[in-house]
Amino acid sequence: MGLLDLTAVELGRKIKAGDVTAVEAAKASLEQMRKYEDIIHAYVTIEEDRTLQQAENVQKQIEEGTLIGPLAGVPVAIKDNLCTQGMLTTCSSRILYNFVPSYTAEAVINLEKAGAVILGKTNMDEFAMGSTTELSAYGITRNPWNTDHVPGGSSGGSCAAVAAGECFYALGSDTGGSIRQPSSFCGVTGLKPTYGTVSRYGLVAYGSSLDQIGPVAKDVTDCATILEIIASYDKKDSTSISRADCDFTSALTDDVKGMRIGIPRDYMGEGLDAEVKDAVLQAAKVFKEKGAVVEEFDLSLIEYAIPAYYVIASAEASSNLSRFDGVKYGFRAKDYDGLHHMYKKSRSQGFGPEVKRRIMLGSFVLSSGYYDAYYLKALRTKALIKKAFDKAFETYDVILGPVAPSTAPKLGESLRDPLKMYLGDIYTISVNLAGLPGMTVPCGKDSKGLPIGLQLIGDCFKEKNIIRAGYAFEQTRTYEGPDMKMTRRESR
Amino acid sequence: MAKLISDEVIDYVGILAKLELSEEEKEEAKKDMGRMLDYIDMLNELDTSGVEPMSHVFAINNVFREDVVTNGDDKDNMLRNAPERKDDAYKVPKTVD
Repeated sequence: MGLLDLTAVELGRKIKAGDVTAVEAAKASLEQMRKYEDIIHAYVTIEEDRTLQQAENVQKQIEEGTLIGPLAGVPVAIKDNLCTQGMLTTCSSRILYNFVPSYTAEAVINLEKAGAVILGKTNMDEFAMGSTTELSAYGITRNPWNTDHVPGGSSGGSCAAVAAGECFYALGSDTGGSIRQPSSFCGVTGLKPTYGTVSRYGLVAYGSSLDQIGPVAKDVTDCATILEIIASYDKKDSTSISRADCDFTSALTDDVKGMRIGIPRDYMGEGLDAEVKDAVLQAAKVFKEKGAVVEEFDLSLIEYAIPAYYVIASAEASSNLSRFDGVKYGFRAKDYDGLHHMYKKSRSQGFGPEVKRRIMLGSFVLSSGYYDAYYLKALRTKALIKKAFDKAFETYDVILGPVAPSTAPKLGESLRDPLKMYLGDIYTISVNLAGLPGMTVPCGKDSKGLPIGLQLIGDCFKEKNIIRAGYAFEQTRTYEGPDMKMTRRESR
Repeated sequence: MAKLISDEVIDYVGILAKLELSEEEKEEAKKDMGRMLDYIDMLNELDTSGVEPMSHVFAINNVFREDVVTNGDDKDNMLRNAPERKDDAYKVPKTVD
């Protein structure tokens, strides 16, 4: 087994033991990036010198004994909507083509304090709006399992980088499924924490009431370990929550005896690919064999989550993205007639079509005359969805289901019809509306050889339940990454 | 049946959104938004009378602090990202005659 096959925690252990240095680990990742970035394109910004400098500093501190955490020296990739001081942060948008933040996102600071070595910034759908990573202003990312297919999105770069061995773990963000869905398509593990668990300070806002930062990695142990590091109460984020139960790794036990697991009947019906359904049911069987109580139930309301989400997320986006006006940072159009025209022209040339679509929709649903009928209606629907989950969690510890209706679609397929692309978020979106934690764990492959993911949803603040379930399930399989030599050959 | 979005509505939304759309983009936006709103109208099937709009999942309280400056002067770093600057200020086109 090569260095790149190690999980983040395994590598951290080796670095601690002195078997590998942080510099060697960083070099191995950079070498893998050099080999495959021309076909995968998981990153939008790579700064080798910066990475190696940081690796040397971290290695020194490890040797001095000042850095002792489990991930000290382990190289990480950061989604490009997380601010990194002195390092380009574009949100994969033209409007931020030259933006160099003067501060670093709190979650990234937490990682750096724990000895993380940053490899670069990963590609995404512009401002995290999209499900395929084809909506980046800087080119598409390809799925390492099959380069004719999308990696999912919007954290497609982060998930493809982990799958391709171009980093040991990554940070993503999840507003409607943007960590869980690409994790499923790329065959990796990704966790969206309870809203408020990870500070959003320094995360470029899309839908503020839904956005959460979370880890992407090879297994559940990594995700729990990373989450333990990035979770923190932060006064700079007014929605940050002070939690006393952030010892997520304590839930890494292979024991689901008596755990009550519910499968929503509404998640398994029409529209779900037969192979995905089989894989999920197969997983349910594994949980049963391990002593969990698994049964089906009616969650209800799931078809209303998508329209409610697009109203709320677009409304918040239209407000959040008003800050991009060509004055303080980013792109400014040339040749304009006065201040307002400068704003309009800069925004029109700086934003891509999907971002404009959502800003328009958001502006509309917030406009007087439509506010009650659309925006407030969506917020009322959100309350009902939350209630439906509250009721489910009176009976179940964990909700089990698919992540997405299918495996990764072919490149170009999803973009033809935006509404159809939105429908692909049906199993992930309600989790954000209700603020719940959700995790993707790989559970198989379809007949085309593309990964299938399993979604585990927990009640608010009950990450430990889904970590325990995910860990127990994972013990029945071994992690499998794509054969990168095949990836190279097929893409020729 | 796609909802009809008038030119006036699209122009008004363009003003709110501070976006300048070409004629072609406008037609596209009318179609897209009409379809989306049609779809969103599905929410009307739900009886939400008596349901309070939920903007945040958890009770959000104001976070108070003493009005004390904690950050340093980061002027140069901030201005470094400005498309145009003049001395210590952001430069914009003339706004008042």
